[in-house]
Amino acid sequence: MNNVFEIRDLSGWFGDNQVLKNIHMDIAQYTVTSVMGPSGCGKSTFIRCLNRMHDMTPGFRTTGEILFDGVNINSEAIDPVTLRRKVGMVFQQPNPFPRMSVFENVAVGLRLNGKNWSRNGLAEVVEKSLGMAALWEEVKDKLDSPGVSLSGGQQQRLCIARALAVEPEVLLMDEPCSALDPVSTAKIEELIEVLREKYTIVVVTHNMQQAARISNNVAFFLLGELIEMDKSGKIFTNPSDKRTEEYITGRFG
Amino acid sequence: MMGKRISEHYTEQLEGIRELVLRMGGLAEAMTRQVVQALVQRDGSLLPEVRSMELQVNKLHVDIDEACLEIIALRQPAGYDLRFVTAAIKINTDMERIGDHAINILEKTLSLLAVPPLKPLIDIPKMAEVAQEMLKDALDAFVNGDVDLAQRTIARDDIVDQLKDDIFLELIDYMSADASTIPKAMDLILVSRCLERIADHATNICEYVIFMVLGTDVRHREYPS
Repeated sequence: MNNVFEIRDLSGWFGDNQVLKNIHMDIAQYTVTSVMGPSGCGKSTFIRCLNRMHDMTPGFRTTGEILFDGVNINSEAIDPVTLRRKVGMVFQQPNPFPRMSVFENVAVGLRLNGKNWSRNGLAEVVEKSLGMAALWEEVKDKLDSPGVSLSGGQQQRLCIARALAVEPEVLLMDEPCSALDPVSTAKIEELIEVLREKYTIVVVTHNMQQAARISNNVAFFLLGELIEMDKSGKIFTNPSDKRTEEYITGRFG
Repeated sequence: MMGKRISEHYTEQLEGIRELVLRMGGLAEAMTRQVVQALVQRDGSLLPEVRSMELQVNKLHVDIDEACLEIIALRQPAGYDLRFVTAAIKINTDMERIGDHAINILEKTLSLLAVPPLKPLIDIPKMAEVAQEMLKDALDAFVNGDVDLAQRTIARDDIVDQLKDDIFLELIDYMSADASTIPKAMDLILVSRCLERIADHATNICEYVIFMVLGTDVRHREYPS
């Protein structure tokens, strides 16, 4: 199996505060990896390193290497905008662009890519992306309505469609369901199940059952360290590290 | 030991399951002891209590599964807790079968007590003793998560199997020599078969204990000691 990401000795600091400690991790193509751990363990910081979302954070720096398809993403040759198109992100709170229609929310990424799109060409990609995000049937008659008029769960799928429209290789999801009800959550989880055939997915989640349901591999972080990464079945039945065991059984501290 | 768990109630629920398993194990053990005593001492007065214990065992069989299902549904146990609950469900089945075997022995005892003895019983009490010890140790291993005790208990199953073979051979001799002994000898063979099965169930319980503690499945292969 190909590794999409090879993370080597990654450390990260906010000022003097070290928040990631010597992380080694391989993320294989077409897998779902859940990143799990208590609040403040560095899991969100970690996945934000994977598409350089910290570039604008004052005082944040990293050492070590993050190889994406074999290339160090922090090297000068890498354009962060291009990187983020290949490594898309979906956030905790659905964040469709407030003044844009459903259609425009999906199309905007394509327009910003600079290519001159015909209306038909755009419409095709928008339909395909909404289809992949399992939203098309629900919104096909209201493409011109504001994106924010959709329900929370629909908005989150709209954000997934927006990320998919620019044909990424990887989808990073930072607690994508924590603001959603169980029905919407189930839809996102089913979607992840389908998307893993074409994309590599990394999900930060606080919900252990969700991690167990959706992921091939689970990485457990604690105080900035990667304690253990293994197949989900192993992590939830018989983890190797005592600290992982304590976390998943609810014993802690 | 592990750190303090966030939910005391969850801990109490798991403890509750452990207590039910122990209570059921104690009953299965007592049933086995008492029914063999009745057979060996030719004392039928011990038997009604064995029957009443079986009713309690059957009730616990249902209660334990119910408690385990509830904890799975409501708490989604993981790691050691998941293996503990899984072990409890499986041990539950084995203990219920032990109760059934004790009742089978009881039925044979009733017919054996109705007629003069075929011979003084020597190997059957010996076998019963080993099987009972195995059951007791299996339950202790479960309570204390004692892998070492579980392994030593599993090893003793061979003694029971050997005794069963000896009993079979001896009784076949009786039957060959005198066909009129066949009904009694057959009853004794069935008793020893039940005791052998009880030891097998104790072995199963030990295998679940090893799984519970180490997460290793040792069934259906030689365990490297």
